[in-house]
Formats: sequence, structure tokens, C-alpha cells
Amino acid sequence: MINTIYRLSAPRRFEIDFEDISFSNNCIVRPTHLSICNADQRYYQGTRDAKVLKEKLPMALIHEGVGEVVYDKSGTFKCGDKVVMIPNIPTQNDDIIAENYRESSKFCASSTDGFMSEYVEISAQRLVKLPDNINLNVAAFTEIVSVSVHAISRFDNIAHNRRNTIGVWGDGNLAFITSLFLKKMFSDVKVCVFGISREKLSDFSFADETYLTTEIPENLRIDHAFECVGANGSPVAIEQIIKHIHPEGTISILGVSEYPVPINTRMILEKGLRIFGTSRSGRADFEKTVELYEQYPEIVRFLTHIIGNVVEVNSFADTKKAFELDTQKAFGKTIMHWNI
Amino acid sequence: MVFSVILAGGTGNRMGNTDKPKQFLTIKDKPIIIHTIEKFMAHPSFEKIIVLSPEMWIEHTKRIISKYIGECNKIVVISGGETRNETIMNAIDYIEDNHGLDDDTIIVTHDSVRPFVTHRIIEENIAAAKKYGACDTVIPATDTIVESTDSTVISTIPERKNMYQGQTPQSFKAKNLRDIYRGLTDRQKDILTDAAKILVIKGEDVRLVPGETYNIKITYPYDLKIAKSLLEEEEND
Repeated sequence: MINTIYRLSAPRRFEIDFEDISFSNNCIVRPTHLSICNADQRYYQGTRDAKVLKEKLPMALIHEGVGEVVYDKSGTFKCGDKVVMIPNIPTQNDDIIAENYRESSKFCASSTDGFMSEYVEISAQRLVKLPDNINLNVAAFTEIVSVSVHAISRFDNIAHNRRNTIGVWGDGNLAFITSLFLKKMFSDVKVCVFGISREKLSDFSFADETYLTTEIPENLRIDHAFECVGANGSPVAIEQIIKHIHPEGTISILGVSEYPVPINTRMILEKGLRIFGTSRSGRADFEKTVELYEQYPEIVRFLTHIIGNVVEVNSFADTKKAFELDTQKAFGKTIMHWNI
Repeated sequence: MVFSVILAGGTGNRMGNTDKPKQFLTIKDKPIIIHTIEKFMAHPSFEKIIVLSPEMWIEHTKRIISKYIGECNKIVVISGGETRNETIMNAIDYIEDNHGLDDDTIIVTHDSVRPFVTHRIIEENIAAAKKYGACDTVIPATDTIVESTDSTVISTIPERKNMYQGQTPQSFKAKNLRDIYRGLTDRQKDILTDAAKILVIKGEDVRLVPGETYNIKITYPYDLKIAKSLLEEEEND
């Protein structure tokens, strides 16, 4: 079948391409709700390294999205099933290294086309069925939620068991999701959120305490921390975490920075800290995320609070409109209703 | 119920030296008509996809569907009529005989040689036909349209902003379309170039659905070349 693909050919410029996709082995999904991620914006605005842009473009953006199955020869899904699409595509098995860390794995809207197309040809193994009554605007950004769930699950395996207080640095989408899931996955833990905007921090009503990063009490201590800041804010956030964390604490780094970040290794050594990175997620994380949606419906209600814009995309021109609107927002996710 | 009606009645005598109807020419190693049928297969709304073929090409059409798509009871191949509109009437008769016809039965008629039709166009056709009874897929005219009634001099030049180029799908409430068609005189039928005109000459509203510039009809060898290049085929393919 001739499939229409909307690829970014240069910063701020989309083009229409066509490819022939097969009804043979894989599933065919009609995307219905797509969510714009900061990583998409870095390509769209051209803030990635010029060499990277030259290598990867033209490429269809978007790795967060849900859709409806229109065809599945394997019989795993019924026509009309609502599914979340997993953008990570493992190409080799490995008993030790998880699918999202394998160098051989591909990732939609990074090493291969993302979901901005009329249809997505995808393996049944890369789909997770959604509950029928799920809020699809929320389900659209399940991928970023699964990244938090993945980070928390790894933290659970790595960190020591004294978990009285966990600090989350950041007041953006990732910090919101991570602190929300920390409260649900570890109900006895006190979650403290550290951000730069009083207005944004006021949205974290589920957190036990919130602090402006300029007003952290000197004697405040946390057992473990999640860094969800990234970019230029990473160095200060990591510095503050190292200062306020108890010895032998574990620090989970989630924020993406385009530049190397200097960190205080003397204090890491002195306190015996563990720092681990997480990136992306795999099938198990998506499944666990959808389970948690069903188990705690209030999670989905809270997640609706970070929907910033909902854009009806009915034409090629609307795709650009959605990305431009997303650049103007201070907080929240931009969801595209994919009618094109 | 909603039915797709794929019009493959033409024998393609505008395609130059080709010895088979243009819908059977291949792009990316697949007949054009298969690409087109697949677009309707991927849309969940259709009860049946009715392919109207010239009598002499029915077996061939069935065989290529079996070869490229596999056995599929959602697709049926039947014989087309003498004209485009008679072909559509054959489809409506088939629906009446096999599924029953009521006032809300919708047909989405589409040229078999427009494989670049999109999900959005099909979706909007179905919605418009359900709500308004009939619709036509169009794009704004980019060239100035010149009318000449004697093929020698210009009779008139209509204002371009009011001009559109018709594409397909054209979608209708099937029973109403047939009833009006049957009420036309032979002379009225002779001037019909497409199905939308059946309603227009009787003063019925036909809504516009935006098409796409690339929803091209592969009529001439030049179109085939464009279609191949859109799918990034090598020139010598």
C-alpha cells in the first residue's frame, strides 16, 4: 500500500514522501494521537549538531503516539484495537543488556522514521493494547511515562532500601511524571520536588513537599534523587543533589544535555554515591505503565494536567502549526489529533 | 453500511502503446489497482470493496488480487457497465441483491488508477456522504480554465477562484443516486462525465471534500512516470 510520510527535511521544513508498505507480516496501525517530545523539537528547531542533522534528515519525527490497528495477520490484535506504539526496535537478543540500551536497536524518530505518517507498519511485538476507555490524549505520551517507569524500576533494583525521602529535581513534564509515579509505586516514600518556577511547582499537588532551588533549606537531606532537568540546568541540579543527598544514596539521571556536564567527583567519592543513567524504555516498561494506568485511574487524571495544547491536524500545513505552537509553550505536552 | 466501489472499467486507450488497461500497469512491482484496493482495505468502515472490471479482465483482476492480497472475502470483482455511471449502477444493483439497499447505504466510488488517495480523504468522504448525501473530492484549480464551445476560440474564461479540479472519491447515498439517475432522460445521461453531475443537473447539493495535489489519476505515460518517481523508483524500473 502506498503510505504517505511527513518527513522533516530541514529545520522547520516538512516534506511529503511516499513508500510502499506491506500487508504481509507486520501490523498496520493508523496513528490517531501523536505527542511532540523535546527530542522532536531539537530536530525541528535545528538545535542538534549540524552533523547529526545532516546524517538523520529527512526523517519522520514523533516517537510518542497511539493508534488503531487496521490489519494484523498474526491475529494478536483485532481491527480497531487501540494500541500504544513502542518506538524502540530491537534487532538482536541479549540476556544482559536491555533492548533500549543495545547499540543494535533502532529508535523511531532517531535512527529510523517516526510516526508522522498516514499508517505505521510495525511488528505486533512493538504494540501494547490500551484499555478501551483510556484518555487517548494522555495515552499519546505513554512513551515518556514509560521512560519514568523504567527509571523508577531500575532505581528499585539498584538503590539501597532506606527510602524515606526521595528528591526529584525539575518542574517540567518528566519531573511531573516521575514524581507522580514515585508516589504511586512507593506509597510510603516522601517525595520532594525541587524546581525553579513557583507556578509550576504548585501543580505538583501529589508531592509531599516542593522547594524552589534557590530556597532549599541548608540542612535538608534526601536518601535518593532523580535528576529530570537536563540541558543547561543539569550542572546546578546535579551539584545540589550531591550536596543534599545522604551518603551511599543513588542518583538517577534522566535529563538530556547536548553538552558534557562537569560534576563534583570529589563529593561523589566522599559520599560513596551511585549515579546511573536511564534512557528510553522497552516493552516491559510500556506494559507496566499501562497496568498502572488501569490500577490507579487517578494517575491518568493527574496526567491530563500536563496536556498543554491539542491541535487538530487535518492538513500538511497543520503539522507545522502544531510544532510552532509547541515551541511557544512553557510547560505541558502538545498533542496532535492525527486526522491527516 | 458503507461500500467502496473501485471503478476499473476503462481500457486505458489514452495510455499510448500499452496493450492492457492502465490499472494493471505496475508501480513498485505491484499493479496500480492493487495499491488502490489496499488503501480501502486499510480503512475499517467498508463492508465490502466492490471492484468493477471490464468483462474481459475479470479473471485477471481476481487473480492479481489473490496473488498480491491473498484470499479476502471483503473484496468482490464484478463486471462494469457501458459507461462510468452504468458501472456504478451495477455496483448498486450488486449491493441491493447481496446486502440490501436502504436510504443510508453509502458508496465511496473511486478511480482504480488513483492509488495515492489518503485515509483522510476517504474518512472525510464517508462523513460528508453520511451527513449531506453526496460529496466530490476536489482541489482548487491552479491553471486558468478556458472554455471554448467550438474548439477554435474562447467562449469564456471563468473566474479561477471559483474553479476546482475534480478528483475521486465521489461518495453518495446509493439509493438516492440510483433513483435520480433512473429519472434522467437519455440526452441528460449522454452529457454526464461523472457521477456527481447526476445530482448537480437535478439541483441536488454535492459537498466539496479537499483532495490532495498528489492524488493523481494515472491516465497518460507522463502520469505513470510521476507516480513512479513519487515512490522513488529508479527510472529504468
